Formats: sequence, structure tokens, C-alpha cells
Amino acid sequence: MGIKWNEILITGDPLILGSQIAILLTMIGIVGGITYLKKWKWLWTEWLTTVDHKKIGIMYIISAVLMFFRGGMDGILMRVQTSRPEMEFLNAQHYNEIFTTHGVIMILFMAMPFLIGFMNLVIPLQIGARDVAFPQLNALSFWLFFCGAMLFNLSFVVGGSPDAGWTSYFPLAGKEFSPGIGNNYYAVALQISGIGTLMTGINFIVTILKMRTKGMTLMRMPMFSWTTFITSIIIVASFPILTVALALMTFDRLYGTHFFTLSGGGLDMLWANLFWLWGHPEVYIVALPAFGIFSEVIATFSRKTLYGYKSMVFSIVGIAILSMVVWVHHFYTMGAGPGVNSIFSITTMMIAVPTGVKMFNWLFTMRKGRIKMTTAMLWALAFVPCFVIGGVTGVMLGMGAADYQYHNTLFLVAHFHYVLIPAVVFAVFAGTYYWWPKMFGHMLNEKIGKWHFWLFVIGFNMTFMPMFFLGLDGAVRRSYTYSVESGYAPLFFVSFIGSIILALGFAAFCYNIYWSVRYADRNIPSDPWDARTLEWATASPVQHYNFAKLPEVKSMDAFWYMKKNNEGLTLKKEELEEIHMPSNSGLPFIMCVVFGISGFFLVFEWHIAAAVAAVGIFAGLIIRSFDYNDGFHVHKEEIEQTESAWRNGEGEVNRYVGKR
Amino acid sequence: MSANVNTSLPLEYQTEQSRMNILGFWIFLGAEIVLFATLFGVYGVLYERYAGGPTHQDIIMMREVMIQTILLLTSSFTCGLAIFEMRRNNLKGLITWLIITLLLGVGFLFMEVNEFLHYIHEGATMQTSAFLSSFFVLLGTHGLHVTVGIGWAILIIIQLLQRGLTPVTARKTFIIGLYWHFLDVVWIFIFTFVYLKGMVA
Repeated sequence: MGIKWNEILITGDPLILGSQIAILLTMIGIVGGITYLKKWKWLWTEWLTTVDHKKIGIMYIISAVLMFFRGGMDGILMRVQTSRPEMEFLNAQHYNEIFTTHGVIMILFMAMPFLIGFMNLVIPLQIGARDVAFPQLNALSFWLFFCGAMLFNLSFVVGGSPDAGWTSYFPLAGKEFSPGIGNNYYAVALQISGIGTLMTGINFIVTILKMRTKGMTLMRMPMFSWTTFITSIIIVASFPILTVALALMTFDRLYGTHFFTLSGGGLDMLWANLFWLWGHPEVYIVALPAFGIFSEVIATFSRKTLYGYKSMVFSIVGIAILSMVVWVHHFYTMGAGPGVNSIFSITTMMIAVPTGVKMFNWLFTMRKGRIKMTTAMLWALAFVPCFVIGGVTGVMLGMGAADYQYHNTLFLVAHFHYVLIPAVVFAVFAGTYYWWPKMFGHMLNEKIGKWHFWLFVIGFNMTFMPMFFLGLDGAVRRSYTYSVESGYAPLFFVSFIGSIILALGFAAFCYNIYWSVRYADRNIPSDPWDARTLEWATASPVQHYNFAKLPEVKSMDAFWYMKKNNEGLTLKKEELEEIHMPSNSGLPFIMCVVFGISGFFLVFEWHIAAAVAAVGIFAGLIIRSFDYNDGFHVHKEEIEQTESAWRNGEGEVNRYVGKR
Repeated sequence: MSANVNTSLPLEYQTEQSRMNILGFWIFLGAEIVLFATLFGVYGVLYERYAGGPTHQDIIMMREVMIQTILLLTSSFTCGLAIFEMRRNNLKGLITWLIITLLLGVGFLFMEVNEFLHYIHEGATMQTSAFLSSFFVLLGTHGLHVTVGIGWAILIIIQLLQRGLTPVTARKTFIIGLYWHFLDVVWIFIFTFVYLKGMVA
């Protein structure tokens, strides 16, 4: 098989050696800790084999926070390297690897899983269901994402990181110009997690279409459910394109085909088209659920129904359609010609229309509302102006003729960070503060939260605002250094200071989690925010069957209506029925391991070993096909006990009427 | 998630979980359509980039391809008969027609593999030119789907023999029927846009 043992572990770089030691120590620490606390069985039965959508959501979010740390470290390293001209902290190759992994990790292994985590956590609760349509498939989706993420992260210590940018443009990413195995990691790891994402999309479409509770019509669904629904459709429509593109990349790199190569009639522009046919919808796959989170947070803390509900729905549908017809704007300068560029300029600028509608709807929701300045709401408030800067510079970039001036500069980098950080990162922070009590039954500390907020928002603006001006002055992206004569040094230094403040903000967030887990008050009602949607109509943390009795919906903002009219809040003993729930399964986790081993061999081009490991994948599918486990029933006594325990607490709006 | 049983519907649609599985599979087929559409798009871009290698007219064996087409289209018809027998609650008829479907599918696959080997002997491999890369990957993806379908159907037949016709086995059979017909539709596009168009190009 031609194994080159000396190429497996990366040696000779003190930074990477440090990481290798740190990874080893962390792993020893985790294994030792779990063994010492005798938690292996708990870990296996409660988490690794779970099919509970809430626990899967929490696992997504924990993984995403870890990936945020990894991607953030890459970002800080880049800022350090460019903090002074002619800096010699990272060499050019290392810098290439760092900006590549930063992009891939932040988009695919941080933004998406964070949002999919919230979808998992919230959607079945918001539509009044007891789980998703396919609980075990949902667990498999998570484990495939996790497998892909781990495989990708392995690259920088084992074998070498991909270094052709997160877009992996050919011919650079091909075997001729990148002979190492780094880009194999890109092709294989993204393929594995992409399959998981596609199945998540299918799962949520069916869940939302088929499992809404009585009275929950489509036009009564909370906005986060709507954005999840539309996002899932975009996932199903666009992820197969990524699957094909990555498969063809794998064929080109591993089996010598000529799809994107310069020789043999291949066409490198075909990769750019396929990549962005997926890549642009991907932007909206992460943006739409974030918009949904803001809609929930703004409505709750303005204490008003969302303004312009119908126009919100139409604009997300409009954005979804337009997202499919703008991909060429990512490569105006690569020779499509003025006719094509004009058409794509127009479609690109059209996206500003539905997005603008949403902006005004959020502003009008806040108008005359009694706004509560919670940390979650602060993120939503900061999102509006920051995102508008990102959006307006997007329109500037969207004009094909003008783009020749900005393309490939830091102006573009500043633009997409101004889009993705306010939209996605602010949203997941808002969501974390907002839904944390739903996940764990205690709040995050608001005071530390405000430190987190201000450090992060100031740091963000200080890091990326200078890049607009650097870009206009001609500083190119992905360049590992610059000369003293260029005059870029002061702005780059400001950006570096900003990134340190940004990192302090993230540290405050981590400290907040630590503080709240240890010291926060556990004695809070299930509806601490006086919220409007059904996820707050049940216990916090949510009992595994979600609802003892499925709620009936009579209007939009269903839970708000129930509270105002005092309907459906009490649960009577005679209403209790046995509840059918799916059983746990270890298969998804085992599939993750098998996919990981097979993928690892494929990365190293050990084809026979990969094929042998892949037999395990088929074995898993066959076992699943013969699995007739029908789940189990939760007994009335258990439900009665659980319900009376949380419903009779202090300050609780939901009541239980039993024997006592 | 199973309570909602409606016995007035066909067996495969009776439980709520079955209805969700069937809808989910339709959506999966939608994703498959996007996947094959992308492969057709790639082929449409690369199909004249011969790079000095063989062209369509040099390699295509139309007679064999015609037989493959007839085998696969017939298998789709027999698959329809199998589902028809399932609706009549005739387990024996269902399994018989399923096995005939699979035999036709195996015949198709056998001929396709021979066709590929023939091309490779002629020196037309996946590495020869962009045209052949896209040709082999498009057809290979379809062939791989047929292979997976055959393996999957065998699992279903075993379960039908073990358990008879239940709402669950009926749903599983129905879903693989959808899958099989879908592969047939894809083949019609391959036959038209790869072979027929290749012969007149």
C-alpha cells in the first residue's frame, strides 16, 4: 500500500509540537477523568447512544463551541502574523494552512452545527412534537458531522492540513500543485459530514410537515421553525452538489481523472461553479436560522408579536430562491464576460430587497415595544447595525464592474465577516443566552454576559473595520505578510488589538458557562423570559418525552395566547396517557467510528484498508435494516411524578391537578 | 409516534411512521435528482473534451446498450407488478416478481460491467480524457445505485420471508420500489443524453 510512516506525524514545528502534546495530554486527561469518576456507563447510555433530539442538540452545541475555539485560534494566529510588517511568526505554508482551516472550520464545523444544534433542541418543542421524524437518523447525522469534524481537525498534527483555501480552487488544489495529502482531508472529511447534514435536512422537512401539533398550521409556526423549514429545503437542494463536487475532487486527486485538471481536457472553472452552486446557498443555510433566532429573541424581549409575519415568510422563501441564482458573483473576475456578470449583479442586488424587508420588520417589532435589555436582546440589537454594514458592502461587491476593484482584497474579507459574525455568531450567542435555561434549568449570568457582549462587539468592529480600508488601499487577502513601505502597518496593528479583545470576549463567554454551571440559581420557573412560543410551555430542562399532553394551538404565539387566556396550562390526572418513545441505539456512534477509520485510510490513499473498513459501513446498514426495535412506552406513574414535580414549583404558570 | 393507525389506507401507508418514512424517501429522491443533475451538468460541460482520446463513435456498443435498456425497463415493469401483488396481499406473487426484477437488474449490471471492461481494453479509461472521466463517473454512479438497490432488495426479501406482509415490511418494499423506478428514470436520461446523443454528435 506504500505507507510512508515518516510522513504521518508532522514534525519540526514548535507550534504544532505544542499542539500535539496538548492534544495528547487533554485526551489522557479526559479518559482518566471519566475513569476516575466512573462515568463511562453514564456517558454511553445517556449521551453516546441517545436519540433524544434535545441531547443531540446539546452535543452539537458543545462540539460547535470547541470548533469555535479551534477556528478562533487560527484567526488569532493570522492576526498575530500580520500585526507587524515582515513578521516571521508563521511561514507562508503555515499561513496558507491556517486560513484554509479557519474558513472550513468556522463555516462547516462551527456555524452549521451550532445552528443545527438549536434546530434540534427547539424545533420539536416549538411545533409541539415529542421528537423528530427519524430519531435514530438524527443521531447518525450528528455522529457523521462529528466524525468529519474530528477527521478534519486531525489534519494539522497527522499528515498535514489542507492549504488551498476554504474554496479549494483548482488547479491549485489538484495533485499537480498540492501533492501532499492535506487536500485529501478536505475532500473526505467534508464528504462525511456533508452526508450527515443532508440527512438532517430531510429529517427536519418531514418533522415540520408531518409532526406539528393540533392547530399548528404552517402560518402559525414560530419564525425559527419557518427558517429551519426553508433552510432544510436549501440543504436538500444544494448539498448533493457538494457531494458530487467533492467526489469528483477525490477522483481527480486519488484516481487520476481529469475533471478539474489542466491536462486531459479538464476544466478548472467547473470546480469554481460547482463549489459556489453549493457555497452560496450555504451562506443562507447559516444565515436563515440565525434570522429565525433573532426573530424569536426580538419578539420575546419587545413583548410584541413579530411585525409583518407574512412578509417575513415570503422574504425567507424569496431569499431561498434567489440564493440559488447568484453563485457567479463569487468569481466575476474569472472571465465570465460582461453579459453574464450583469445578470448575476442584478440577481445579487435583488437579495437586498427581501433582506431589507426583514430588517424593517425587526425594527417595527421593537417600535413601541417594552424592550427588556437582556444579554440575548443586546446581541439582537447589535446585529442590526453591524449586519447592515455587511449588507451594504455586499451590494458594493455585488456590482460586477465595481468588483474588479475590490476582489481578492481585505475589503471582501471585512465584508463577509461583517455578514457572518453579526448574523451567525451574534445569533448563536443570543440563542445560547435565550435557550440556556431550556437546556439546563438555570440561566447564564447576565452580568458576565454583558462583559462578553461588549468585549466581543467592540473587538469584532475593531478587528474587521480596518480591513475595509486596508482592502481599499490594496491589501490582498491570504497574503502572509506585507512590506513596511506599503503603509498598512497601523491599520493591521489596530486589527490585531481588536482580535485580542474579541478573544477576551470569547473567554468571558466560556467563563460565564463555567460560572453558571457551578453557581447559578437552579430554582427558576420553566418560563423565565415570559416567552411566546411552545418550547416554554414545558419543563426546563425538558423531560425526555417533551409534553405530557400535546398542546393545542389556537393562534400565533401559541404559549402567549395560552397564558393570556389561561387555556391549556393545567394538566389533569385523567388526561395522562402512556407515551411511546424511540429506544436508544449505539449504531450511529459505531458508524461514526467506522466512517472515521475508513475516511482516514482514504485520506492516506491506503485503498485496500479503506475498502476493508468500508465493509463496516455496509454491515451497519444491514444491521439497521434488520432492526425492528419499536421503542418503549413511558408509564403513567412516571409521567405523573415528573409533571407534578416541576409544575407545582414556585412562580410556575403551568399547573398540575392530581390527587393531592 | 405509532398511535395514529388508519386501516382504510393501503398497508404501507397505515401507520404515521410509515407515512413519514415514505415522505422522507421522496425528499431523499429529490436530493438524488439534484445529485444526478449535477453529474449530467458535469457531463454536459465535458462531453466534447476528448483530449485526443477516443470519441463516442469510437467506443459505444449500441447493440449491448439497447439490451441493457430493455432489461432495466422491463425490471421496472416487473417491480410495478410486485407492488401490485403486494396490494392484493399476495406474498408469494410479490416475492416472485421481486426476484424476477432483481435477476433483470443483475443482467443489466453484468452487461454494464462487460461494457466498461470492453472500453478499458480499447484504451478508453477514466484517466484518458475529461469526456471519459465524466462518462465513467456518471454511469458508474448509476451502476453503483443499481448494485446497492440489489443488495438492499435482497435484505427486504429475507425480511418478507421472515415476517410476511406487515405494515413495516410493506412500507419497506414500497420504498425500494420507488428507488428502483427512480433508477430507471435516470437510465432513460443516460440513454438519451449519453448514448443516443453521442451517436449523432
